[in-house]
Amino acid sequence: MAYVAVKGGERAIDAAHAWLAEARRGDPAVDEIGVDQIASQLGRAVDRVMAEGSVYDRDLAALAIKQAQGDLIEAAFLLRAYRATLPRFAATLPLDTGRMRPLRRISAVFKDLPGGQMLGPTTDYTHRLLDFALAEGGTPPPAPLATPDAADIPRVHDILGHEGLIEPDPVAGGEPADLTRQPLAFPAARDARLQALARGDEGFLLSLGYATQRGYGHTHPFVGEIRMGEVAVEIEPPELGFAIEIGDLVVTECQMVNQFAGSKTTPAQFTRGYGLAFGQGERRAMAMALVDRSLRAGELGEDATGPAQDVEFVLSHCDNIEATGFVEHLKLPHYVDFQSELEVLRRIRGEATP
Amino acid sequence: MPADQTERQRWMSVLARAERAAIEACLAEAAPLPPHTRLRGPEVGLVMLRGRAGGGGAAFNLGEMTVTRCTVRAEGVVGHATIAGRDTAKAELAARLDAALQTPTHAEALHRAVIAPLAAREAERRAALAARAAATRVDFFTLATMRS
Repeated sequence: MAYVAVKGGERAIDAAHAWLAEARRGDPAVDEIGVDQIASQLGRAVDRVMAEGSVYDRDLAALAIKQAQGDLIEAAFLLRAYRATLPRFAATLPLDTGRMRPLRRISAVFKDLPGGQMLGPTTDYTHRLLDFALAEGGTPPPAPLATPDAADIPRVHDILGHEGLIEPDPVAGGEPADLTRQPLAFPAARDARLQALARGDEGFLLSLGYATQRGYGHTHPFVGEIRMGEVAVEIEPPELGFAIEIGDLVVTECQMVNQFAGSKTTPAQFTRGYGLAFGQGERRAMAMALVDRSLRAGELGEDATGPAQDVEFVLSHCDNIEATGFVEHLKLPHYVDFQSELEVLRRIRGEATP
Repeated sequence: MPADQTERQRWMSVLARAERAAIEACLAEAAPLPPHTRLRGPEVGLVMLRGRAGGGGAAFNLGEMTVTRCTVRAEGVVGHATIAGRDTAKAELAARLDAALQTPTHAEALHRAVIAPLAAREAERRAALAARAAATRVDFFTLATMRS
């Protein structure tokens, strides 16, 4: 494929960008939106941009959303581009989600589980009716408070794990694959798959997860547990020689429990899919867990019949920044390519006509 | 905070979580920090956040996070800070405090004026969140049926 530098568009481009800036600002009679307002009041958009941009920084994601006029894929693209300008200091110790300070924790498989079920600030059970009072604005009444239970909140799969009814966590390996350093290679191991899914397009993951439920690679999923809350981030700087906490981040974790697998050597047990998302990303975490599980078809000896079980298909297409780059590049001048196609077509037709 | 943390780990984690304005407000009540020289930074960069497959299994790369780090020397003691976010002034302040807190002549006063109130404020913030979460706990009850 050849591209030809085309000159002469500079003035038009400058004018287009000036208009874009004006359009972004919108009606000057309306207050300009602040990045702090986006960060604090459009939190779910911020979460999504951080996940797909693959950088946890609420203020940067909010700025990207403002700059992109609310186009979340464009915002994720801006964030991903910014990250390329920064050096990487370290990798963190793996987040210990078992020590999460949960704001929400539910299970669809056990009603009464140790630690209980806490709904958190959920949109579940709302009636999805437009709330016209919000258009007026105002301060909501304070949320009720209660005395927290001091007891630990064990993971649901640890409860089943004691009886050997559920597969254990995969054994820790060496240094995990890093798609920001090495390009994706197939067959991709689970560490590379989880990284790709964690930053994959939410809509794409959601549709694939939905497809598995509808029969394109059915895995009989149950939500073992969803928990959302704050987790400490720890690094171990070499100059210190011990681990330090550098802050917290909010993540949502989904443990999907799926139908059994067993073999001659292993008795039948539930299998699992795993989802982990930045912020309050419950739909993303659930979809990721469904797709993580369906991508294990080969390992678990299942027939791979659906797209969601095809590792190469899923991983090659789940990144919306790569996808938008390749789709949108079709807008760029292809004058020479097209000219050559046109000539071929004329020749074919010329030869066909007597 | 985990019980196995050393004193230094504890104050570093308190400083990392505090807002810069809150640190500055505490410092306004304390004796001035000793003069310092920068050894490195403050500089903004990234750390790669890792998760574990299944929550407890093999590590995978989840995505990155912005961080700022700074290393200083004050009165011959090296202080270090790495904090989430991009606040270079806060990272430098945290590194200076880390150095001063390791210096016996400053440690006690700074613990009292800075670390204790910041830790209390963080504990309060966590308690407020936990109390809201606790109020959303579901108390299941089984309806008695008419048939016995």
